[in-house]
Amino acid sequence: MTAGARHEAPLLKTPFHPRTAVLNQAKQWGRWAGYATVACFTELAHEYFAIRHAATLFDVSPMKKYRISGTDAERYLNRLLTRDVRKLRTDRVAYAVWCNDDGKVLDDGTVFRLGEKEVLLMAQERHLAWLQDSAFGYDATIEDVSEAIAGLALQGPLSCTVLKAMELDGIAQLKPFGIARFDLSGTPLTVSRTGYTGDLGYELWTEPDKALELWDRLMAAGALYRLTPIGSRALDLARIEAGFIQANVDFIAADHSVRMTRQRSPFELGLDWMVDFDKGHFVGRRALLRERETGPRYRLVGLDIEGSKPAAGALVYYGRARQVGLVTSAAWSPTAKRNIALATLQAPFADKTDGLWAEIYVNKELKWEKTAARCRIVTRPFFDPPRRRATPAPDF
Amino acid sequence: MTGDRRYGAIVIGGGHNGLVCGAFLAKAGLSVLIVEAADTLGGAARNAEIAEGYVAPACAHILHLLHPQVRARLKLRRHGLRLAARRLPTVALDAQGDHLTIRGRHLEGVISDDDVRAWRRLRRRLLRMAGALHPFLGRVPPRLGSDSWRDRLMLIRLALAVRRLGKREMREFLRIVNMNVADLLDDELSDARLKGALAFDAVLGTNFGPRSPGSVLTWLYRLAGEVGSGRTGLAIPQGGMAGLTEALAASARSFGADIWTGTAVKRIVVEGDRAVAVELESGNVLRTRAVLSSADPRATFLNLVGPEHLDTGFLRGVRGIRSNGLAAKLNLALDGLPEFTGLDRAALAGRIVIAPDIAHVERAFDQTKYGAYAAEPAIEITIPTLHDASLAPAGGHVLSAVVQYAPYGLAAGWEAHRDAFADRVMESIERYAPGLARRIVGRQVLTPADIEREFRITGGHWHHGDLAADQIFMLRPVPGWAQYETPISGLFLCGAGAHPGGGVTGAAGMNAARRVLSTRHGKDAG
Ligand SMILES: Cc1cc2nc3c(=O)[nH]c(=O)nc-3n(C[C@H](O)[C@H](O)[C@H](O)COP(=O)(O)OP(=O)(O)OC[C@H]3O[C@@H](n4cnc5c(N)ncnc54)[C@H](O)[C@@H]3O)c2cc1C
Repeated sequence: MTAGARHEAPLLKTPFHPRTAVLNQAKQWGRWAGYATVACFTELAHEYFAIRHAATLFDVSPMKKYRISGTDAERYLNRLLTRDVRKLRTDRVAYAVWCNDDGKVLDDGTVFRLGEKEVLLMAQERHLAWLQDSAFGYDATIEDVSEAIAGLALQGPLSCTVLKAMELDGIAQLKPFGIARFDLSGTPLTVSRTGYTGDLGYELWTEPDKALELWDRLMAAGALYRLTPIGSRALDLARIEAGFIQANVDFIAADHSVRMTRQRSPFELGLDWMVDFDKGHFVGRRALLRERETGPRYRLVGLDIEGSKPAAGALVYYGRARQVGLVTSAAWSPTAKRNIALATLQAPFADKTDGLWAEIYVNKELKWEKTAARCRIVTRPFFDPPRRRATPAPDF
Repeated sequence: MTGDRRYGAIVIGGGHNGLVCGAFLAKAGLSVLIVEAADTLGGAARNAEIAEGYVAPACAHILHLLHPQVRARLKLRRHGLRLAARRLPTVALDAQGDHLTIRGRHLEGVISDDDVRAWRRLRRRLLRMAGALHPFLGRVPPRLGSDSWRDRLMLIRLALAVRRLGKREMREFLRIVNMNVADLLDDELSDARLKGALAFDAVLGTNFGPRSPGSVLTWLYRLAGEVGSGRTGLAIPQGGMAGLTEALAASARSFGADIWTGTAVKRIVVEGDRAVAVELESGNVLRTRAVLSSADPRATFLNLVGPEHLDTGFLRGVRGIRSNGLAAKLNLALDGLPEFTGLDRAALAGRIVIAPDIAHVERAFDQTKYGAYAAEPAIEITIPTLHDASLAPAGGHVLSAVVQYAPYGLAAGWEAHRDAFADRVMESIERYAPGLARRIVGRQVLTPADIEREFRITGGHWHHGDLAADQIFMLRPVPGWAQYETPISGLFLCGAGAHPGGGVTGAAGMNAARRVLSTRHGKDAG
């Protein structure tokens, strides 16, 4: 790509672009890792309800994908990530975060264990330099294979049904976080039961020159089941319902932050369960041990907010006057029928059962109105259908 | 196999800093073991027999930076340290034979009164600044952003020390500290020989040429070290550098330290995130409450500890330490006293510098940027046998030459070019000392690559890592870890790679010992 001002650099096209461009009636595009991605094809509500009631396709090709191979692949990852990768068996996927020396989160992502000595790490942001520097002294080769793998997320209650219609044998038996391998007219097709919607769903991975064939076969198999391409806005709504956090939305990735105090540890993001102090050394461990002693400064929590006005960007107060936090993601959840939010609170206030208020700003026909809404800390996910975990995956 | 004894502290490396550190720890009551890989103690400050009966200083040949507290507290005189020579003058050679002798503030030779006066003025001013910096060489650098009163006090002291220079001098300090030494000297002086020799002082042992920004800082740093050696100035110990090393070893032993030579450490054993033992190359494992490494930081962390115990950001810092050496050594065994045109015996006994003008030094430096050694190097020569005849057979002499510049990463590779390089150095010296080659009975050449191998110093670097604004004081060896401590509990650095850097000072070893003694690792001896 030629150097030049960012606004002059043309956005890249994903392998599915020939299809998504045609279907994108709303002409709403977003930017993801240098690629043009669809923000909304038709209408948000239509796309959102397809996630919860039918089946949807979302192009995840811009995802950064790093292939880690070598005899030390496992040792390498175990030092990089906060959780114990030795427990991750071949053909399984795990959610993971990794930290800098100060124990602050650089990003979260998914680890695909493809074999004894081969792992794919997928993340939203770029990390090649950090991953390669972390490989010093290890027999582990880190390659950015982002462009060599095209990906589609197939999500929704009918997603397994669609795959069965596509004749992926035994797909219903695939457990959550499992990986299965199929053949797409001679090319490997990898399917993982993973996703960002908190629903029954799969992600399909293949070579870029097979992308359109994959798209077409899925759309053909899904025609009966209202398989709907969706954009990032509908997905965002679903991920908030699922209670998933997003880097640089719900927290600032440590290497993006300008202000040291904005960086967050796994504890501060409510990811305590991902930190394994017993597995030996990992990057940030010493800092996190100290933090375990002193306690985190912040906590990321789920909020249930009175009323129906989405609380995006709302300040959170304890009582009427004491400002104790900020809402980072918020939505009226159409499925949970609740006004939900993810928020970062100063740690002492993250245990309050009472007294928290969100100050919500609403622009009513060119007039800002400020309302205080009572909120309650609740457990996440906000919406958690049993079909998400059921094996065999239910048919509808 | 595991040794049955558990030491209070094990010091890796019996170079001068390792010995100093071990001695201070033993003095405080810890049970100490010092393990040195080589068969001889001293590291870069040891002697080497270069021909039968001829003993040369392997690397370092001038003692001018030894910290006064090391000398006094370790009672080095009582343990046998004697100086064979002190207050050596610097003899700046001139191509026309018009040599200039620098004896502190005095200049001898044909030189203008203006330069004589200007040098006194400049020297006085530089020494005042160096005097303000000197106390910090003997202290543990502060930690930024720390709440501890000790760190704050140190920062306040630093600010005060500069402030106490007075407004004019402080402003002058701030003006020149980031300058290059060539500009400073050109501003103040006119004599080419004087400027050449002073510029050489400023860049000796660094990766700078006289026109590199920061070369005033390295000069001030050197002068700050010299402030501490007081009236002994540039000195040569009786028995060569080994005279110092033996006194240090005797001192350490008198306090109860054990010293093993010919014993290389293969690995620092980390268990439960603590340094608990060292594993020797023999396979023996020696347990200890604290490990102090005087091996350079890269060797310590990358080889002895290993990346699996360290964080990526820290390792980035360690791998980023610039540690490629530029100084080489040529030692000659001679069957008689060499003759330098225009130098009498008294002048030969001085420190002879071949840096006839600034451009000579800068040109020599230039070539290293492209991976070549200097065709006409800048050279510092001593003839220790003029002060201590025991170092050579009767009538024989040893000539010790520190040679800049010879890059560690010679593009053409050192194996095939070591001799050609030594020949160029010989040519350069013979220009001033015709017939020198005929007197040679033995010759030792050490390129930075040789120094790396024989002294186990990564890159063969004089200071175990460049001295430069971004690698000194609070930033040495890497930002955030300038307190001799390391991310691994119970592991400390105590060599030239830590503050205040290299040179035969003993300050790193002393400061590190004090740091250990102020932590729980220094309590509860045995
Ligand atoms: C060519 C040259 C000339 C110099 N001239 C002068 C001079 O004239 N005046 C001056 O003041 N300074 C001079 N210096 C600088 C000075 O010699 C050094 O900075 C100083 O000696 C460093 O001392 P140290 O104890 O920190 O490290 P070192 O002297 O390097 O000692 C470290 C010791 O650790 C040992 N070691 C390393 N790894 C292991 C291991 N795994 N197991 C066991 N032992 C290990 C090494 O063998 C070595 O003995 C010169 C340097 C060079 C290279």
